[in-house]
Amino acid sequence: MRTKLILALGAVAGPLLLRNLYVIMFGVPDEMEQGPIYRIFYYHLPAFLTAAACYFGALVASVLYLAKKDQKYDAFAVSATETGLAFAAVNLITGMIWGRIIWGIWWAWDPRLTWALICWLVYFGYLMLRTAIDDPTERAKNSAVLSVFASASVAVTWKAIEWWRTQHPGPVLSIRTGGVQKIDPMMENMIYMNTLALLLLAAIFVLVRLRQEEVQREIDGLRRYAHAMN
Amino acid sequence: MTTLRHAAAIARKDLRSEFRTKESINSTLSFSVVILLLFSFAFDPSPDMIVEFGGGLLWMVFAFAGALIVNRSFARELPNDCIDVLVSSPASGASLFLGKAVAAFVLLFGIECICLPVFGIFYNITWWRSLGGLMGVLALGTWALACAGTFFSALTMNLRLRELMLPMLLYPMLIPALLSAMMLTNTLLTGQPIPSDFTVWLRILIGFNIMFTTLSLYLAETILVR
Repeated sequence: MRTKLILALGAVAGPLLLRNLYVIMFGVPDEMEQGPIYRIFYYHLPAFLTAAACYFGALVASVLYLAKKDQKYDAFAVSATETGLAFAAVNLITGMIWGRIIWGIWWAWDPRLTWALICWLVYFGYLMLRTAIDDPTERAKNSAVLSVFASASVAVTWKAIEWWRTQHPGPVLSIRTGGVQKIDPMMENMIYMNTLALLLLAAIFVLVRLRQEEVQREIDGLRRYAHAMN
Repeated sequence: MTTLRHAAAIARKDLRSEFRTKESINSTLSFSVVILLLFSFAFDPSPDMIVEFGGGLLWMVFAFAGALIVNRSFARELPNDCIDVLVSSPASGASLFLGKAVAAFVLLFGIECICLPVFGIFYNITWWRSLGGLMGVLALGTWALACAGTFFSALTMNLRLRELMLPMLLYPMLIPALLSAMMLTNTLLTGQPIPSDFTVWLRILIGFNIMFTTLSLYLAETILVR
């Protein structure tokens, strides 16, 4: 059933990603001030939104684990966090490339950049914590608690650095600007389309990673059983 | 009330144990002074520069010192399985956490109060011009360090590479509190009261403390009970 779902998602995500790439490269016009480099934005912002969705999924799964103590929620939380980290890395790297061209520097201590980096470090810590605990129940419990703290900290950091020095462009999507159209509707639609494509891709990654995690747990269980039998 | 009474007993026990051995106090204090000394070599700051980044420098020292203090909070209960006895005692996880956080706060605040005059001498700065405000910010920032640090100390107490994992998890989480404390301390070191546009940092620091204290009290039992 899960294999069919992965294949179905892939059948939608693959052509959509290719179609989006074609439109981004040849369909949408250059931005007036930035020129062709602005096209990186079609991956930069959707990658951020996808990462945020993954982190939110991880938070929900972690809370559910703490409430129900079911290992499947822990498996989902780690799968979503790993996927979120990969998309957050895409967001950071594409932002840095854009910054190098437009600002002339790879990195600026700007609120949004700083927040994205802190967020990445916090969730990377989550994965490091998991590698340091052998007992599966202990690992699931401690990771779930850390995930809750990570979400809270990330929310506070977001507000904290908003008042800090800023250089990053402001929101452009009409859903964030209260309906005010700041970019061409064609460009805005393209952002939504690529967000959808990356979300589908993230769902595939989570499902594949979830299967790996379940198989790993089964192997660990068999190993413990074999050890007990000896 | 029972929770607070148990927490006070745990805090008294931790403080008494620390004042007998003085292992954390001595090592953290000497470490803080060494860091202050190293920073002066690294930056060679002029009086104008030190007013600009003195707050950041101080809080870097306090953050390093804080990690040393909180690392011992739960680690000192591991020999002879003392932690199992504490967890199985009538004291709840929340009171156990609260007692240890209070003990860490007292120790860290004491060390900070000793470091401030040393900082003033080394960097030639009159830090006491807004003493009340500075003490308030120190108390709030120190509680953030002690509260989050103690919780993460409990989270990492049984891990391999505990000493490495604790700062790795703690510092990114502490950034909002440290950033606010640095901003406020920088202003207070100039001798001026906190300007109205800086009250937002105070709100962030207080908000951070409320949120982390609440979450820690709520989740302490989950972490401590095996």
